[in-house]
Amino acid sequence: MLAVMEPADKQKDQDKQRLEAHFRAMIGRVAADRDRQAFAQLFDHFAPRLKSFMMRKNTSAELAEDLVQEAMIAVWTKAALYEPSKGSVTTWVFTIARNLRIDRIRRDVHMPTTELGDYDEPSEAPEGEELLGRKQEDGLVAQALQSIPEEQRQILVLSFVEDMPQSEIASKLSIPLGTVKSRMRLAYGHLRRILETGL
Amino acid sequence: MKPTHHLDYSTLLAHAAGTLDEAFSVVAASHLAVCPTCRNALREAEAMGGALLEGIADMPVSAACRARTMAALEQAAPARAVTRAPASELPVPLSRLLPAHALDEIAWKKKAPGVAMFDVPLPQGARGQLKLLRIGAGRAMPEHGHGGEEITLVLKGAYRDHMGRFAAGDVADLDEDIEHRPVVERDGDCICLVATERPTRFKSLAARLMQPFVGI
Repeated sequence: MLAVMEPADKQKDQDKQRLEAHFRAMIGRVAADRDRQAFAQLFDHFAPRLKSFMMRKNTSAELAEDLVQEAMIAVWTKAALYEPSKGSVTTWVFTIARNLRIDRIRRDVHMPTTELGDYDEPSEAPEGEELLGRKQEDGLVAQALQSIPEEQRQILVLSFVEDMPQSEIASKLSIPLGTVKSRMRLAYGHLRRILETGL
Repeated sequence: MKPTHHLDYSTLLAHAAGTLDEAFSVVAASHLAVCPTCRNALREAEAMGGALLEGIADMPVSAACRARTMAALEQAAPARAVTRAPASELPVPLSRLLPAHALDEIAWKKKAPGVAMFDVPLPQGARGQLKLLRIGAGRAMPEHGHGGEEITLVLKGAYRDHMGRFAAGDVADLDEDIEHRPVVERDGDCICLVATERPTRFKSLAARLMQPFVGI
């Protein structure tokens, strides 16, 4: 299946890239100058999304807001550690939030989580070049999600958004665990194809 | 050392989503620590998660929460880059859980001739079981289907089965219905990190290993 870019999609894609560039700039200002106004802009964009993310598992609004606060303060303190070449600001913010959610809501199991950055060696590609590659990648990832078959997309939503383990997804959808896994493999394969061919 | 056997994509996606059982996530993270290929795939999976989450509905945040967050900024010191622990033969995600710093300091428990085991302690409430397994040079592990979810990471030495050679850094992340009969290479012991589900529905790893020796 080819994901052909309609003019409207193209517009949306450009808007997204502009927004992402704006977030990167705000993160940069927080990192360099502890700029509260830049931080406030990040808060106003991300906090309502993070709250919705935190409230997925029957969490009270109160706890969800505590976790939003904690996640956003982590964005403030870790801003200098954000590496644009490694992923979008959105992905980075949600990775921070996900680790908090794992620690605090889902299991109340206090186990250190490993973030990718913890064991990443510096990349060899020049920063600018890599960043350009990544910007294109963001657009392609969004395209992949638009063109993915619904039954695969559903599995991704249940895992990433609803925080369900594979076995829980299997019982919710009344399908074998093996089917959940094969749909995940297909979903990743779909993304890979689009990243490789650019279509 | 570049691994040749990798994590299944379904495991990578679940790891990126943070939904793997703790025991399995330790094995996945320990493989990721030594595998640039899987790290790259994980980053792509995370990007897919990020793009999905970008689209979720907003939920209004109270003014009080915003005010509290802004007020807390003054006190919040910038985080520093994680300083890496001195190079160890153990991957960081595993070594954080172990009382010992090296594999030969582990308090191994002999389970059968040539087979020793160590239960890796997980925090209370963690799901799944995590074990270190040491199999003697040249020994065959009992043939088994998995009967449950299982991921194995080789930490030291190597074994062979019908899938090929598994050496340090390689991970066997197989479907449960695949039967295999690993044989450890002759030049040394093989030490593996194995995550399994709680042995409720199926025989424990220990029981399976003892099978040929004690005939259960």
